[in-house]
Amino acid sequence: MTLSFAIIAALIIAAATAAMTLRNLVHSALAVAIAFAGLASAYLQLGAQFVGLTQILVYVGAVAILIVFAVLLTRGGEAPEKSVFSASWFWGAAIATSVFALLACAINHSFASKRALPPQPSATVEQIGQDLMTKFVLPLEVIGLLLTAALIGAVIIAMRDESPKSKIEDGGSKMDKTSGPSSILHPPSSSGGHQ
Amino acid sequence: MPDLDQIFVNLKHWLLGQLEGILSASWLELVSILLSLVPILIVFPTLFAIMTIMERKGLGRIQNRYGPNRVGPFGFLQPAADGIKALIKEDLVPRAADKVVHLLAPVILVVTAFTVYAVLPIGRNMVVLDLDAGLLFFFAVGAASDLAVFMAGWAIRNKYALLGAMRAVAQMVSYEIPLILSSVAVVMITGTLSLPEIVMAQSTHFGFLPDWFVFTPWGFAGFLLFMIAANAEANRSPFDLPEGESEIIAGYFIEYSGFKFALFFLAEYLSLFAICGLGITLFLGGWNAPFAGLEFIPSWAWFFLKLITLMCLFIWTRGTLPRLRQDQLMNLAWKFMIPMVLINLVAAALWHFTGPGFMRWLTSGALLIVAHLFLGNPQFERKDIGKRTYRFAE
Amino acid sequence: MTPLAGYLLLSAFLFAIGLAGALTRRNAIIVLIGIELMLNAANLNFIAFWRYGANPEALTGIMFVIFAIAVAAAEAAVGLALIIAIYRHYKTTNVDEMNSLKG
Repeated sequence: MTLSFAIIAALIIAAATAAMTLRNLVHSALAVAIAFAGLASAYLQLGAQFVGLTQILVYVGAVAILIVFAVLLTRGGEAPEKSVFSASWFWGAAIATSVFALLACAINHSFASKRALPPQPSATVEQIGQDLMTKFVLPLEVIGLLLTAALIGAVIIAMRDESPKSKIEDGGSKMDKTSGPSSILHPPSSSGGHQ
Repeated sequence: MPDLDQIFVNLKHWLLGQLEGILSASWLELVSILLSLVPILIVFPTLFAIMTIMERKGLGRIQNRYGPNRVGPFGFLQPAADGIKALIKEDLVPRAADKVVHLLAPVILVVTAFTVYAVLPIGRNMVVLDLDAGLLFFFAVGAASDLAVFMAGWAIRNKYALLGAMRAVAQMVSYEIPLILSSVAVVMITGTLSLPEIVMAQSTHFGFLPDWFVFTPWGFAGFLLFMIAANAEANRSPFDLPEGESEIIAGYFIEYSGFKFALFFLAEYLSLFAICGLGITLFLGGWNAPFAGLEFIPSWAWFFLKLITLMCLFIWTRGTLPRLRQDQLMNLAWKFMIPMVLINLVAAALWHFTGPGFMRWLTSGALLIVAHLFLGNPQFERKDIGKRTYRFAE
Repeated sequence: MTPLAGYLLLSAFLFAIGLAGALTRRNAIIVLIGIELMLNAANLNFIAFWRYGANPEALTGIMFVIFAIAVAAAEAAVGLALIIAIYRHYKTTNVDEMNSLKG
């Protein structure tokens, strides 16, 4: 067990470090997809089958592709000319190191380092389904609402600014363009001001 | 007369029994895993070779020509010739390409295509991994192949290949939703995600008809939706715009040659077999025989018979229907299939909650037919043809 | 070092890596990737405590992680939509250059 844990841990840490330090954005996105897959295998090792497979389905199958699409839509495919780290990189690294040191101290001094091993608990899909429908039904419904709101919100935010008046058949009067998202919520005013 | 049905299972147990005295426990486990995996690695690529020649000859006959008929009797040794050609062709890597990603993309695609076979029940007691969440495993690993398709298109730094890859990824991601939701109806009725148990739930008989889910209204609609989504997931005609052979020649794998191209081809057909295998497991009763009298044919033979029938159906569709444009494809997914699949869930729930009898056929079937009439026809007929408007790129 | 301590240290290290990336990189998308890594580190913590902790039959750890994965996916979608909208305005994804509130 410890050998497989060491391999998975090394994979996750190497992939995460590569994701944060590579210059090429698409390489960085692919490295973080590897990190997600490594984490999914860690979940499978811990016996949480449903969560591990959901992690692959959602993160590797959807979030990684989303990140890649965003990279390509914002011209991230070309190599950056200056350094990829911002000017104040030292303080960021210092903060991250101190956070890790604090957490490591806390873990070492806690009961976690001395506890005995309990046997493997079981989390069958049936138990998860039962709990989702009885104990956790309110969070389930709220998550449905949240995902709907996120879907509609993401579409509205990323929609291109355009109005029917900018089409050529009207004679080309593009002066009083109203912006796309706000024209859904408020009808265009006659003054034609911005925002 | 040995039990043909369990012949492979008994063979494996006999082999393990022979080796028990010789090897230690962990080596024995390794040999057991290898004995389960190696048949998959042999059988399905052989099926792939048979399928390529069947497809080319079938398409040829549909298009009123012979297929390949030079190599071997009636052209049936063509896969061997194709294999030799793929192996000895020069492996071109464009100078500006990203070498690591260029190499990894076909490898990851083939690995994910093979991994999903681990949960498919091919015969009675013949499943490599009886996972508690087997169906979720199938869809998770299938979703991971989308990233490999993108990697393939991006690695060769060719803007047309990238365009093809983006179209392919958009198509695969859009059609994943009807694929997964149409199988959720089956999960709802059987109450389990484990594939061998779903097959066992379809082994009873209702009169003389088997209890397969395809013979129920929601199951029939679900099966049709699943098959359309499977067609789109595997980038096959009429959804093969990303690899449109008459337009962008090979789309996202245009710059791959030799063995890597063969790997792409292999991965595409293997994932098609896997999705068809899943469709058979969920809707067509898996390895069950249709009538009790035909039980003497072994269960794995029934699985492969059904698989080959579905393959012929796919080849027929490819030869007959014209290709869909990208926006028509996306419209079909988001505006027709997703509402239909959600209504299918409601129809399955109606079926379950009205008790057994004639009423449930009526309510379920009526709901699905009405939904299809409302969603299907008005969407896709042309309304008035108005004045032409121009939209320039800005 | 017990297995639980091992997993907790791994998740703390992953969190620190995500935090370092989110604080030091220039590109807004890499900052978002760092945030996703931090969320994943927290999820690993939950599953480790579910496995080795006090009351695994309640399935609390697994439930939390399922909802956290859903929320993180929604947040990634909205965040990337925001970055695309901002890119359309500033023509760059460099966080150091997005420093004015006036349009």
